[in-house]
Amino acid sequence: MLEIKALGHTYADGHRALTGIDLGLERGELVCLVGPSGCGKSTLLRCIAGLQRPTEGTVLLEGQAVERVPDGLAVVFQDYTRSLFPWLSVRDNVALVLRRRGLARAARRAAAEEALEAVGLAAAARKYPWQLSGGMQQRAAIARALAYRPQLLLMDEPFGSVDAQTREDLEDLLLSVRGDHGMTILLVTHDIDESVYVGDRVVVLTGAPGSVHTDLPVRLPSPRDQIGTREDPAFVALRAEVGRAVRRT
Amino acid sequence: MKAARRIAGRVWLAVLLLAVWELAARTADDLYFPPPTEIASAVRELWWSGPASRLFLSDKALDDFGPSLTHLLVGWALAAALGIAVGVAIGLSRVLAELFDPVLQVGRAIPPPTLIPFFMVVFGLGTDMQVATIVFGAVWPVLLNTVDGVRGVDPLHLDAARVFGLSRTTRLFRVVLPAAAPKAAAGLRVALGFALILMVIAELMGAGGGIGAHLNDAERGFRPVELWAGIALLGIIGYVLNGIFLLAERRFIGHHRERQA
Repeated sequence: MLEIKALGHTYADGHRALTGIDLGLERGELVCLVGPSGCGKSTLLRCIAGLQRPTEGTVLLEGQAVERVPDGLAVVFQDYTRSLFPWLSVRDNVALVLRRRGLARAARRAAAEEALEAVGLAAAARKYPWQLSGGMQQRAAIARALAYRPQLLLMDEPFGSVDAQTREDLEDLLLSVRGDHGMTILLVTHDIDESVYVGDRVVVLTGAPGSVHTDLPVRLPSPRDQIGTREDPAFVALRAEVGRAVRRT
Repeated sequence: MKAARRIAGRVWLAVLLLAVWELAARTADDLYFPPPTEIASAVRELWWSGPASRLFLSDKALDDFGPSLTHLLVGWALAAALGIAVGVAIGLSRVLAELFDPVLQVGRAIPPPTLIPFFMVVFGLGTDMQVATIVFGAVWPVLLNTVDGVRGVDPLHLDAARVFGLSRTTRLFRVVLPAAAPKAAAGLRVALGFALILMVIAELMGAGGGIGAHLNDAERGFRPVELWAGIALLGIIGYVLNGIFLLAERRFIGHHRERQA
């Protein structure tokens, strides 16, 4: 459903962030993108989201070239403290994006509360984002993205700045909702364990300018389990393989 | 008890200064420098000796405050509407910003009172001239702060709004304006102070009623206590307006304040 062809991007100051990226995602897949910091992962996501025009190559979503922000796309940004609107309650943050689905005000609020309940935030619906902990804010950002019912969900290091326990909870939350509405997910992370734990495939990018180094399928049994999966010899072997690939970049 | 101590902690200096002033004025016994108690009783007699049914406001109070405060609030409201509308347009558009920048820089550098003679010629003496003066002076802080606020919207908020397909109107009213609100509100508060100053200047220069006319009368009639009473009254009005504004600000965009705290 997502096809990236020979994508490259050079910034106006001459910095070459990405080069020759070829990558395809099937419907319903959860693909993790890992790579050293500064390898252009965020630039790649911005190009896919239509927030930025790549200088080379194309991005096709359902066969359509992405030229501006496409319909049916949601993003969970890395910096949750700045991506939620601080002047709206958590519920209204979610309800705001439901305008696109053409719901009336009351229906939007109801749907927003439902989405918050699904991520365990029902009690915080009327609070403002800045009244919540980092993990709860990121949960709210995920609820907002899910309530939007995207066909393609992009996540930019979504669990990068929360504590370890919250991180595991959020990973499992992601795994539990991934099947909903045939959503396809592309998750950028710098955490190798995380990429193997949640992904169907792990794509390793090389350092700047970023290009695809390795594309590894993850064949681990579902449902995954924070303890069991992580001690599975297949998990350990894969993690080592991804780790070596990242080192070699 | 605790509250009493907190209030005492805040007002002791003001009380002390008043006491010193009172003592100094009584010792000097100078006609031009009446003691504060005399000024206070003049304020009460002039403006607060009316019937209880209208909050003790005297006839003179209605005559003085009515036109003054109407001009002030109408002028300020017009300045606010104009400043926010133009400020948002300029803040959103780089082309407009570059086009208007020299005009704004020159416009805000003109001391508003210098335009009073011109406004007198155009509008004659009276309400229009006074309101025009207030609008011209008060519009700048609102406009410039709004431009600043709109330009300062977090790019990530704008990205999020675009990603989630918000329409231009929704983006403006639900993202850009709320994000710019604290800065715009700061501009509105400064503008309120400007409006009060310009209201008095316009009244002092032009004929007609209002507190400025009272000051002129007191000066010509050589009544220094009444002159001081007018000055004190303006101080009180400025203080009260600012207080009301702060309450309204806290009520409407208080969450910004708390977030920053």
